[in-house]
Amino acid sequence: MILNEGRVIVELMVNHESRTVTVRPSDVLLDVLRGQLGLTGAKPGCKNGDCGVCTVIFDGWPVKSCLVLAVEAVGHQILTVEGLGGVAPVQKAFVDSGAFQCGYCTSGFLMVCHALSLNKPRAEEYEIEEWLQSNLCRCTSYKEIREALKTVFQSLS
Amino acid sequence: MIASDFIYCRPDTLKEAATVYAKLAGEGKSPVYYGGGSEIITMSRAGSIAPGAVIDLKSIPECKVLEQNGAALMIGGAVTLRSIRESKLFPLLGAAAGRIADHTNQCRITLGGNLCGTIRYREASLPLMLTDAEVVLYGSGGERKASMLTIFRERMRLLPGEFICGVNIDARYLYAPFMHIKKTANEKIDYPLVNVSAIIIDGRIRAAFSGLCAFPFRSMEIEAVLNDKTASISSRIDKAADLLPAPALADAEGLSQYRIFVLKNTLCNVLERLRHDFK
Amino acid sequence: MGTAAGRSVKRKEAWDKATGNAKYTDDLPSLGHLTARLLTSPHAHAKIKNINKVAAFGVKGVKAVITGLDITALCGVLLQDRPHLAKDVVRYAGEPVAIVVAADEPAAISAAGLIEVEYEPLAHVLTPRAALKPGAPLLHDNPERYKRMVEDIYPQPKSNIASQYRIRKGHADTGFALSHMIVEENFYLPPSDHLAMEVRAARAEISADGMVTITTASQSPYSVIKQLSQSFSVPEGNIRVKVPFVGGGFGGKAPVLLEHLAYIASSKVGGRPVRLVITREQDMAAAPCRMGLEASVKLGCDDTGRLKAAELRFWLDCGAYADIGPYMAKSLASNCTGPYRVDNLYCDSLCVYTNHTYATSYRGFSHAEFTFCIERTMDELAKRLNIDPLKFRLINAVSPGDSSPTQVSLNPSNLGDLKACLKKLKPLSGWNGAVVPVDEHTVRAKGVSCLWKSADLPANAISGAMITFNPDGSLNLNTGVVEMGSGSKTQLAQILADKLDVDINQIHVKMSVDTRVNPEHHKTVASMTGYMAGNAVLRAAEDILAQLKTTGAEALGCSSDDIIVKGGAVYSLRNPLNKIRLKDIASGYKAPDGSSIGEPALGRGGFMLKGLSTLDPKTGKGQTAPAWTVGAQAVEVEYDTIEHTYRIISASTVIDVGMVMNPEAMRQIIRGGMAMGISMASREAYSYDQNGLLTTPTLRTYKLMHIGQEPDYRVEFVETPQEGSPYGIRSMSEHGIIGIPAALANALSNASGFSLNTLPLTPESLWKKSGGVSS
Repeated sequence: MILNEGRVIVELMVNHESRTVTVRPSDVLLDVLRGQLGLTGAKPGCKNGDCGVCTVIFDGWPVKSCLVLAVEAVGHQILTVEGLGGVAPVQKAFVDSGAFQCGYCTSGFLMVCHALSLNKPRAEEYEIEEWLQSNLCRCTSYKEIREALKTVFQSLS
Repeated sequence: MIASDFIYCRPDTLKEAATVYAKLAGEGKSPVYYGGGSEIITMSRAGSIAPGAVIDLKSIPECKVLEQNGAALMIGGAVTLRSIRESKLFPLLGAAAGRIADHTNQCRITLGGNLCGTIRYREASLPLMLTDAEVVLYGSGGERKASMLTIFRERMRLLPGEFICGVNIDARYLYAPFMHIKKTANEKIDYPLVNVSAIIIDGRIRAAFSGLCAFPFRSMEIEAVLNDKTASISSRIDKAADLLPAPALADAEGLSQYRIFVLKNTLCNVLERLRHDFK
Repeated sequence: MGTAAGRSVKRKEAWDKATGNAKYTDDLPSLGHLTARLLTSPHAHAKIKNINKVAAFGVKGVKAVITGLDITALCGVLLQDRPHLAKDVVRYAGEPVAIVVAADEPAAISAAGLIEVEYEPLAHVLTPRAALKPGAPLLHDNPERYKRMVEDIYPQPKSNIASQYRIRKGHADTGFALSHMIVEENFYLPPSDHLAMEVRAARAEISADGMVTITTASQSPYSVIKQLSQSFSVPEGNIRVKVPFVGGGFGGKAPVLLEHLAYIASSKVGGRPVRLVITREQDMAAAPCRMGLEASVKLGCDDTGRLKAAELRFWLDCGAYADIGPYMAKSLASNCTGPYRVDNLYCDSLCVYTNHTYATSYRGFSHAEFTFCIERTMDELAKRLNIDPLKFRLINAVSPGDSSPTQVSLNPSNLGDLKACLKKLKPLSGWNGAVVPVDEHTVRAKGVSCLWKSADLPANAISGAMITFNPDGSLNLNTGVVEMGSGSKTQLAQILADKLDVDINQIHVKMSVDTRVNPEHHKTVASMTGYMAGNAVLRAAEDILAQLKTTGAEALGCSSDDIIVKGGAVYSLRNPLNKIRLKDIASGYKAPDGSSIGEPALGRGGFMLKGLSTLDPKTGKGQTAPAWTVGAQAVEVEYDTIEHTYRIISASTVIDVGMVMNPEAMRQIIRGGMAMGISMASREAYSYDQNGLLTTPTLRTYKLMHIGQEPDYRVEFVETPQEGSPYGIRSMSEHGIIGIPAALANALSNASGFSLNTLPLTPESLWKKSGGVSS
């Protein structure tokens, strides 16, 4: 049994690198990624699980990092937007389709889209919608994000 | 950020979980069992709860089971809504799970968490009430089994220190004809105005509701009315709406009269769509 | 001139944003910062009897607990009516009451929760018309005694009126007497939120020699300097404001709020760096939101359908403090008729205090709100006249030769071409003016709305641009414009690239703003960047061109009149083959014999608005903006006549942008505005309970539209150049939102047969209209 009390030193696997951090058990992953690892691509937006701007990939699935305890992430693979390295197809697709304006929600959308493209390379329209409904964008009309996804999935099929 | 501190435990066995709960409770830590964490984290951030310890059930093998074993489908309490939906093993529960929160959150929210949470909708309870699932509980006294209809009355009636190990659903019900409709104020990703889950078993309709009143419910009186073939559909629905176990909710999602209006339309829709199975 | 203008160019910062590299305020390293946290009011209106800080100080790591008693200054961009922290009284639920500064965030949060505030609730008022009734609770004892920061603000004694504006043009009585048909409608639009995805954030530090550094998510870095200086008597030159990327503003980050509080926090801990973090919930309740509006609109027209008179009364709900509300009321009055010719006009526009969260600029600066009222009334009038609503608008569309409500003579340059927009909208939206049945309980219907907007900026607002070269001949463009999503810095780069005829990739744009470095740009508001900063960039480009020509002439031994700068090279038109590449001349030219020729080229351009005035208090005569932007929009809905639910099928916009500088980017911006309008009109509202508390205080319950519910967006442009604007462009950044709520309400009114004069248009509100509930 794992039992963490007080400040604990834990090892996180983030973007395929092992990182050691000191956390309180009540620290959420988002704050640790940003505050201790300098990975500020995941953003705070509501810290309530409603907006998706903090989304990262957790063992291949999207999660809202504001709703995950950092200590829970021990032993799991975390991927943040920084870990996409600028070479994920979805990144270029977002640039080409103008799928963002202010850019604040972009990391979160990218992570959902990336996870979707890995898990369901033949995702149907309704699945794309369901996955992306976890995130909010206040600037675009969503049409641009859809178009970006369309190009990614066309290249996968 | 959660301002308060808590102890984080991740037991590996059922017994360890119950034991550590009892120990922490004895130390005045007011521990809570922890599934996906969404509710505990958000409420702790808001300062509305301040547990001294959380006990994460996700490393306990029994809580992670998702398999059909002969006559029953077993779903562990720490199985995520996403896994339930993707398994396609119980499509009605999958449909209900697929409308809880949003997809990313479904990757975290667990069956047990939804059933035991404080958010009043607890949509996953509806299919389990309709199929009168067997709930396997674990606590200081070891394992206990109870039928969903007896243990879920407005909310899960667990003993102190008990948690949901899993649920067993009779395999005969898994692929019965069903409908699950979630109606919201205007935005799809929202709390429900009305959730209606319905299933046809042995030619009779069973229906359960959440969002309508302050708690989810299945009502035998309402089912009796809905199954009364001598009455027209509209009169059955009118009668059903008069049989709510509590006043319809009035809140930011909608007025109570509006909820009743939506309920009637939705029931009409359900009966219409299930009419071929519901003889 | 080159080829960069008129092309679809990707955002200059696109890859920063697609990789997570773009830094926003709270992304910057905060090691060494103390954390500040706000405590806000749980009451809509209450006396503060006592504040006990003892328990808060008991939390380990707490450095300071600051309340309204610690600060004497008031603030406000137009009227100094707002305490930085509530003192003696709170006037809205969410009002900042105290700041805790602590070593870390958990300590700051815990301590804020331990401050004990004793309140005595007071009667509150939540709608402007109720606030104007005799005996209504007064929010401010003597609003007329507050310091006025501008001339044209008129707070009224012993009332909740923060300011008022009137328009008197022609003779309204005569106009109505000549009218064949008169319609009067009443409206209520609730406040709502900007809901930029980035929560507001600010940091402050004060050095030992009194230098203040503020880092903030602001649309108005230069305004932060002025207001901070005003409030705390710090010389403006001692204040440096840094703004990295801003995660959406929509007007909500134009006012100065957290910057003041962060400064106060730092000043109480010896100037140490302080990071002020607020929650989404505080961002919604404490920080300013979108205005509410009550209105009555009376329009009269003759039997040919020509408008003869309008009588318009607007009561703008500015919440507890004036902020920019009075100017929104002024802006509303200035354009109150919408883009229609109305020769006989009477309009009163009041800015009224209520116990709501105070309001500030929101995309469209009050235009979406009055447009809703006018356009709904236009539709009711068209219906009674049995004229097609689109045709009715064509009949009345304002045209060159007409005058604006404030009596500005309109011409093609300052107005644009609304009729062309309407004509183009017809095929684009598939307009047929009818309700089309789909099945026995579903219909499809369309609604139309026109829009016009002009800015309302200080008559002497300024902008500036500076250009430098890199050793490879590429250029750096430096302005004071904030990048918050509108892509205007990319548009400025296009102007520069085009003017110098270099590839757009040769222009590097400084994205962040640092007031020590970037020349002042008034504020990144009002969609005026293209016009103001665009002119500054043009001038800077001309400046640098002249320098290149001078050096080129000396290097090539010809007259500077003969010098051409093109394709990244400088040459004489008499000998085009002898080219000097920009990189070889930008820093001065080294001749083949080794001698130095010319000077390094450094471009600078400044621009100041000219010819604008305040409005005459009696008649409203005057000019507040150089020009208007006009457009027409339509929305198509599919409506369930039984359940009163609906789906938005399509939304169309045709807008006169003067010149299509960046077609794809401009469509994206317009679509974004339309999406915001649809979300706002269909589901967003700040609703308050009987105690004056927000009932939807989080993003869980305050709903924005998610993907999958959006309509088919269609956008087309008309190009009527605006003289004096770079390339003839017209303002177009905010505009997509303006007519959408009205077009949606018109579509749903057509579909349902109800007259829908409130927002948001939820199925429940339609059900109520159907007689679903007696209340």
